Order: sequence, then structure tokens, then C-alpha cells
Amino acid sequence: MAEKKLMKGNEAIAEAAVRAGCRFYAGYPITPQNEIPEYMSWRLAEVGGHFVQSESEVAAINMVFGSAGAGGRAMTSSSSPGISLKQEGISYICGAEIPCVIINMVRSGPGLGGIQPAQCDYFQATKGGGHGDYRMLVYAPSSVQECVDLMYTSFDKAEKYRLPVMILGDGMLGQIMEAVSLPPMRDLNTIPKKKWATTGEGFGDTRRIINSLYIVPDELEAMNIKLQNIYDSMAVNETLVEEYLVDDADIILTAYGTVGRIAKSAVDILREQGVKAGLIRPITVYPFPTASFQKAASGKAKEFLAIELSMGQYIEDVKLSVEGKKPVRFFGRSGGNIMSPEDIVAFVTKENK
Amino acid sequence: MEKLIVAGFGGQGVLSLGQMIAYAAMYEDKAVTWLPSYGPEMRGGTANCSVIVDDVSVASPIIANPDCLIAMNKPSLDKFVDKVKKGGLILVNSSLISDKVARDDVTIIYIDANEIAHKIGNDKASNLVVLGVYIKASGLFEKDVMLSTIAKVFAAKPKFIPSNQAAFLAGYEM
Repeated sequence: MAEKKLMKGNEAIAEAAVRAGCRFYAGYPITPQNEIPEYMSWRLAEVGGHFVQSESEVAAINMVFGSAGAGGRAMTSSSSPGISLKQEGISYICGAEIPCVIINMVRSGPGLGGIQPAQCDYFQATKGGGHGDYRMLVYAPSSVQECVDLMYTSFDKAEKYRLPVMILGDGMLGQIMEAVSLPPMRDLNTIPKKKWATTGEGFGDTRRIINSLYIVPDELEAMNIKLQNIYDSMAVNETLVEEYLVDDADIILTAYGTVGRIAKSAVDILREQGVKAGLIRPITVYPFPTASFQKAASGKAKEFLAIELSMGQYIEDVKLSVEGKKPVRFFGRSGGNIMSPEDIVAFVTKENK
Repeated sequence: MEKLIVAGFGGQGVLSLGQMIAYAAMYEDKAVTWLPSYGPEMRGGTANCSVIVDDVSVASPIIANPDCLIAMNKPSLDKFVDKVKKGGLILVNSSLISDKVARDDVTIIYIDANEIAHKIGNDKASNLVVLGVYIKASGLFEKDVMLSTIAKVFAAKPKFIPSNQAAFLAGYEM
């Protein structure tokens, strides 16, 4: 096993991306993810890659579009307001079926909002975000090691399904330091060639055109159906979830990302107090781990509690998955405030009295 | 499990004090989280970090009630003093805090950290002095673990190793 390193989430994601074969990064500064471009600015130069501090977020995502379209492993990162600016580009990338990776270290909003941690971009990340009928594979890591592990496979997944992978973190996850084991440097020769990429390497069997314009309705509908089939197969093959003490639980706490681990501590405290609590923590928030919720809703669980750093976004997918079989209650903080495990415990025990 | 909050002015080395503990935990194969405050409060107000050390894994990195508070300035003491667990530990940098802590259910240690650091000729190392006191009082790690951790963390700037180890020992042996 590799020696452990103490790293911030942001730095660890950047290093894992380089080790996964990322050789192009474009981005524009915004708190709380600035360690990612800072790290990439010197690290990519060491491995023969390219770093661009672009003139805007819009430019950055379109540079990623171009670089990934030419077959490279390209990524960008930002935080909430900056991700909003990238949405047009993300939609075009999805329309053109270009694989890339986008990091969103979410801060509080709306508008310019604040710089403290939040999860208020859940809808934006999981329901499209930009215009048109599209989805991304969205990972919600809860620890620095999980950031590394998910980032390391993100390009492979993006290329398998030909779509952007989003890593949805929050300010806490970007700033927290934990000990991590880093994976080996990927040999670029082991990355499969892309038959569709506009590499400029002589003539292929057919012309290679990257475009998202479909003027004929039947052709665009066929494209929409094709994309949906891809998302459906992703739901079968890529859904990830952590279940903790679910089987005998009376109350299922559910949360994703950093809040997922805060809720896990709450489960432990509740168990010590004699409350049979469990946790469902989606690791992919799109595709959503619906089956875990359906199983729990049909079982012993009496109720669910959706916990999030937003005003009721994540709870919608929980309710859709529980299908009204059991009550789903809500506990959230926002504005950059974060609940402690004890806050969750107090909410549960007060409500149960 | 040990839950620690280190707080003070930006520039007093509160974040690096917490990091030193995090490094020691990693070298000792413990699980650790180091979570800093970030943002406008770091300019002029209080900066702080939450450090949790455990044997296996750490779930929540958020601390509601710390086992120990290290308060390097008055606003930090005021902000966190009531949150410390009953039976916990409060380290007060008495160089900058003249008040006495009005709690009788915790252990309180007053440290003239700036003066001690000045006496050993390293004015910037008041945080390492307090680290020494903390390690002695908490028993979290052996003295030698911290000395080797300081050496590893400063490996790229070896000229700083002796003075920081000296500051740590001055606190440890206070």
C-alpha cells in the first residue's frame, strides 16, 4: 500500500485527476475550490499537461469542450455561481457526447451568496442544470479518500458513457484534510483510443464532426432516446450507495456528501441512546440509489429523515423513491451553516416525543 | 476519540498547530480529520480548526462539544468556552488573555505562550509552545512522536526544525 499523505480535498482531487490521466485543466478562480487550479497550475506542467487560467468560466468550459473533443482527458472546476456560468457549455458537451470531468465545490446561494459550505446545487447537478434533456453521472464523495477514488475512475466512466462526470462536493470537503492513499500514475497508453475524437491524426474511415445541432425532429428525438438509454444503463451499472445499520432500523436518516458522514455520527449517538437509526448515503446522486430506499420503505423502517444543507432539494428524490410508503421528514440548514451530529439527534429525539 | 478546537487570530499559527496534530495522527496510523474555518473571518477575527483523532475512522468532522479548546486570543475563548465538554480541557494563551475562565467543571491551563516563545528566541513559535502543553496534558501522543513529526513536517526547511522542537519542549516541560 502506498504511503499515506495528508491532503485537502481540493488538492487530493487535483492529484487524483492527474494520476487518472488528466492533461488539460481550464478554470477561473472562485472560493472555496481555489486549491484545485492552484495545484493544477504547477502539477500539470510537471507531467507535460496544460493549465489555463481562463478569462471566464464560460471560456473554461468551452476550452474543456475543445480539448476533450480532440480526445484528451480534460477537466474544469468551480463553485456554484461559476458552475451556473458553465451551464450552456455543459449542455453543448452533453449534446455532442463529449466525456470530461467537472468539479463543483458548492457554496451557499442563490446569487453571489456566500462562500461557506452548502448543498444548494442539488437540482442543478442532478436534474440537468442547463437547457435540454440531459443528465450527468454525479458523484457525491464524503471523504478525501472517496474524492480520490471516485476522481480516479471518473474519466473512464465519462469515456464509457460519453458524457461529463460531475463531482459534487461542498466547501467543507474541499478544505478538510485527511490522510489518503493515492493510486498509481495511469499509463496514458492504456487509455482506449476514441474513434469519434477530432484528433487530426490523418483520415479515418468517416469524417469526424463534433456537433450538437439536430434540425430534423426525428433525428433529435432519436438522439434524445439514445441519451436516455445511456442514462438507463448507467443507472443499472454505476449506482453507488452506502447503507449503514439499515436492516433493523426504525428511522432511516439519509444524506449525501459531507452531511452523510455527519448523519452517520448521529446514527451512532442515536443507537447509544436506544433509538434504532440507520443511514442511506447515496454516493451517486445521479443515478439515484432508488432500490435502497424502496427496500427500506417496504421493510421495517417507520420513517425517513432527509438531511441536507439546502431548503428541500434532496428530499424530493427521497420522496420519489419512497413512493409514499412511509413518511419522509426534513431537516436542513442553509446559508453556510452546518448541522452537527448532536443537532440531528436533538431533532430526531424531540420529534419522536 | 479526541475532539479538539484550536482558535485564535489569523497569523498565530492556529491552523498549523492543528495540522501538526493531524500529521502526528497520520504517522501513528490513526484516523484524523482537520477542518479549518475559511473566509472573511480569517482577516482580523478568529480563525479556527477542528481536529478529530480516532483509532479506526472519523465520521462527522463537525465538533459540537470539544474535549479540548486551545484559545490563543480573547474572541476565541469567548466564542468556544461554553462549548467545551464537562471534564474537558481549556488551554488559555495568557499572553493575550488576561481574564480567568469562569468554569469550575473543566481543567484550565494558563500559558504565557508569547513570553515563553520569546525567551527561547522564536517569537513566531508560541503555537508550538502551546502544542507542547497540550500533548503533555492530553497524553494524545508520546513526546518523541511529536518531535519526529515536527522534523518530518519541516523536512523541506530543516533550519526551522531545532527551534520548533525547542518551542514544543518548552511547552511540554512547562
